[in-house]
Amino acid sequence: DFNERCAQCSEVNWGLTDGGRYYCRSCHNVTERTREVVNTDFMTNSRVQRISKSSRKQEKTDRVCEWYVCEGFQLILKKQAEALEALGVCPQMKDEVLYNFWRCYLQKSKQAYCNRPAGETVKALSVRESSTDVDSEPERPSLLHLLSLSESEGDLQTDCSFASSVSKVSESTSIYSGSVDGSLYLMKNQKEKLRMTMPMTLSFCYMALLWLREPITLSELLRFVIEGHIPYLNVFQHFPEKMKLCGLDLKIFCVESWPVYEEVYNKMLELAAFLDLPRFPDITDSCFLHPDMLCIKYLMEANLPDELHNWTCRVVKKIGIGEVDFLTLVPGNKSTRKVKYDILAAAVIVVVLKLLFLLDDHYEWLLSDFAEERNKNNKEGGLYFEFKKWYEVVKHSLDVEQKKLDEERAKYLWRCEKPLFYSVKNKSRVLKRRQMVVNLQNQFGKLSGSVRRAEKPNPSSFQLRWSEENTDGSCFHGHSLKGILQEKCGLLTAMNPDYWLCTVKLCNEKLCGHLAHYREVDFPQSYHFVLRLFSFLLRIQPSYIHDEVCMIEHKLFNKKLYKKLKYNTVLRK
Amino acid sequence: SSHEHKVNFKKSKEACLSYIQDAMLQKQWKRAAEYLTFYVESLEKDYSREPISPSEMIWRIGTEILCHHSHSSMKEFNCFIEQMKTLGVKRYLKVCLEHVFHLLCNGQIDEAYQNLSLAESWRFGEQTALQDKEMKLIQAYRGLLDYYSWSKQKNVLLERGLDGFADLSVEQEMHSCFRKAAVNLKEIIKIPGVWDLFVKCYVDLLEFYGDHNEARQVLNEYAYNSKFPANPNAHVYLYQFLKRQGESKKSVISALKILHDIVPSHELMIDFNTMLQKSKKRKKRRLGLEVIFAALDYAGWKENVKAWSCLARQVKQIVISEKHLDWIKQEWNSRKDWWPAFHFSRYLAKRNWQENKSLSYEKALVAGILLGKDGKYFKYVSHQGCKAQVKRFRILKKFVNRHNPVYLRISG
Repeated sequence: DFNERCAQCSEVNWGLTDGGRYYCRSCHNVTERTREVVNTDFMTNSRVQRISKSSRKQEKTDRVCEWYVCEGFQLILKKQAEALEALGVCPQMKDEVLYNFWRCYLQKSKQAYCNRPAGETVKALSVRESSTDVDSEPERPSLLHLLSLSESEGDLQTDCSFASSVSKVSESTSIYSGSVDGSLYLMKNQKEKLRMTMPMTLSFCYMALLWLREPITLSELLRFVIEGHIPYLNVFQHFPEKMKLCGLDLKIFCVESWPVYEEVYNKMLELAAFLDLPRFPDITDSCFLHPDMLCIKYLMEANLPDELHNWTCRVVKKIGIGEVDFLTLVPGNKSTRKVKYDILAAAVIVVVLKLLFLLDDHYEWLLSDFAEERNKNNKEGGLYFEFKKWYEVVKHSLDVEQKKLDEERAKYLWRCEKPLFYSVKNKSRVLKRRQMVVNLQNQFGKLSGSVRRAEKPNPSSFQLRWSEENTDGSCFHGHSLKGILQEKCGLLTAMNPDYWLCTVKLCNEKLCGHLAHYREVDFPQSYHFVLRLFSFLLRIQPSYIHDEVCMIEHKLFNKKLYKKLKYNTVLRK
Repeated sequence: SSHEHKVNFKKSKEACLSYIQDAMLQKQWKRAAEYLTFYVESLEKDYSREPISPSEMIWRIGTEILCHHSHSSMKEFNCFIEQMKTLGVKRYLKVCLEHVFHLLCNGQIDEAYQNLSLAESWRFGEQTALQDKEMKLIQAYRGLLDYYSWSKQKNVLLERGLDGFADLSVEQEMHSCFRKAAVNLKEIIKIPGVWDLFVKCYVDLLEFYGDHNEARQVLNEYAYNSKFPANPNAHVYLYQFLKRQGESKKSVISALKILHDIVPSHELMIDFNTMLQKSKKRKKRRLGLEVIFAALDYAGWKENVKAWSCLARQVKQIVISEKHLDWIKQEWNSRKDWWPAFHFSRYLAKRNWQENKSLSYEKALVAGILLGKDGKYFKYVSHQGCKAQVKRFRILKKFVNRHNPVYLRISG
């Protein structure tokens, strides 16, 4: 077993404390060594752990406090806000806006800042309670039921083993969680009180950012989260020592998937309604989130000519999506379709590309050939925009970046140094596993050669950068659209006379979840490429951009569609 | 490709695994090791519902990488495997066994033996019973290593014995190795399976200590017990044993007959045919012809002089005696459509003559009888032979010409 000499008296005469630590029988010196870690024998652990108050008193080094789940979330929000401030967001966000939103939430969900309604006791089903009066509580929920209520993807096996391990601990089945109300939290009916979750912390952040009209879109926010600039994964490791996290807390605070745009966005809407917030501050055409502004950014990132901006503005104006009332969020108003600013701007650009280039896998290349001819013969004056060259350059970069992203996903590390365990019985196994993982990482890390894990990239608004200073002609910002435009009655119009609709009929979003159903094979490859480009930049599925494109098209060609429908009905008659 | 936007732990580890697989297939061991470092944290999540657990993946992948990576050493490998042993109790003995194989492949016999002994003494509740098969294998391999020790000591003693030195302790050790080996080897070969090496070693032990009855029984069981998978080697071992023991022709022949049935192209078919040709019994001689024809059906025998000389001898003998020409006719019947192109083409005639005169001689004899004096092969070879004024070819020519009517009879 443990054969080291005592540091105090140099004897080898060890015993075990209740807490499982070695102490010297000769001089009563207690060590930090616990039996679980030293003993690596492969034996069944039939030792029963007693969890009692007295053992906690012995461990003077463990200062433990009572903490509630909402306190945990509060801490997380604070950290997230600090990170956003470090990224350049104004301090108001943390100190005023977010704080007030959070307070309001606590109030509305009756977790704090209110009188507890009669009859609802905080029956903290934790170890610290005396076990005698627990039996009197009617309808005790089963542990498994509680575990299944949580939204996070658990591994049922761990849940079952946790459940069985806990039930073995004591007769009255005290439920174990580090927080006071961990189990109560999972019991709550979600629909009534909008139970707080990890993705919801991002909803809070985004809501605050939107309120302040900060120049960060939701897709950017989520990207920063995944890149690690905003605490999210394993943020609980920054909880203070005295806030012990274990058992059911894991279900609440541990994240095992990247946040999804739709989920965060929809929760934000729910939250805004729940908090009875008034109309948000106006999104005017000088705001970053206004489509005219966002289009500038995305056009730059997509390496498209600046001249296209005129066209995006025209489309925006024509269908009224630049109006203040359209863009500003009014919580609780279910009749208006809610605006996803980033996706909207991207979709506008896609529509403009379709207007000018048709994107039917044929016309755009034709136009490109003309432009190429012209560029060959005319070295003077600006270059005409060649779709083909643009495609080649951008595709190459996109492929490179996509490959990097795929590799990053495969290399993503989910666990952190702070070990997570469901119960004390589980603890030694978890620690052993952690140790083994670290050993293996070291061993194979050495064999990886000189490959070093790349430093976290600096947070950047732009993922693709194109410089006009490059002499290789890979930047298209300054290129001209002259080759594809013509003048008619003093107005510039596209030479392209045609347009194809992504869909003739829009689906019912509430029923289908989508306005249209995107399948790559059903559409031209150029169209798919453009969707893919923005899908990469915004880190969302192409289908969401496709939905917005359909919506815009239907607004744009509303009259024509209406006429056609009318004509069809007339025919039938 | 993974344009999947819903990324979670499991999916990202799946992706990681596919990168590892990719790297391994391309023998990029550094890259595989790199991705493995990102994969290992799977151990911290419970996968007990999946068919293959991360711990097994890591064991197998890690082993591959450490086997092939230029910077890895046996020491590192052993350290890694020891960790793997603690990972999955259900796999413990399997990991031990594969570790032992690896040590043996790297010449570390002593370490392998130590590991086997350690594994043998492992007990873990009901797992011990569940891993019974692996335990038997472990014991069997230890028996094999005991045999190996015994063999070494035996050689040492034999050497010294010639010099007249008798070393009692070495002898005792040798006998103890024998006992240990015998027990374990005997056990494993009871289980239906392919145990060639174990059987050979066990029989060697038994023969040395004079227990021929046991040896014969073991070999008979191995060869004839229907529960065991059909194994040509079993019959070869039995035949070799019977030959060593100077057993009766009858038992030897019956052992080889089965071998002929299973593997007509086996190298022992020449010995078999030779034996059968000499027999007084007509049936045996008939079988002999069948055996040699069957062997020559296989491409591997095309240029085997011995085989052709056996066939030539037997055919010649039949022709001269003018008895049993129907035997040749029967054998030739199923072959006359394809043997000419397969063995007796003009191209082969030229090549055989250039490369191996004896081969061409034997073949020419057979060809002459089966295809007549006007057949391509015989014509070319005998012409060349006579031109070169080699005596036996002249004799051959006369022989075939004289017996040409035979050809007419068998081809008709």
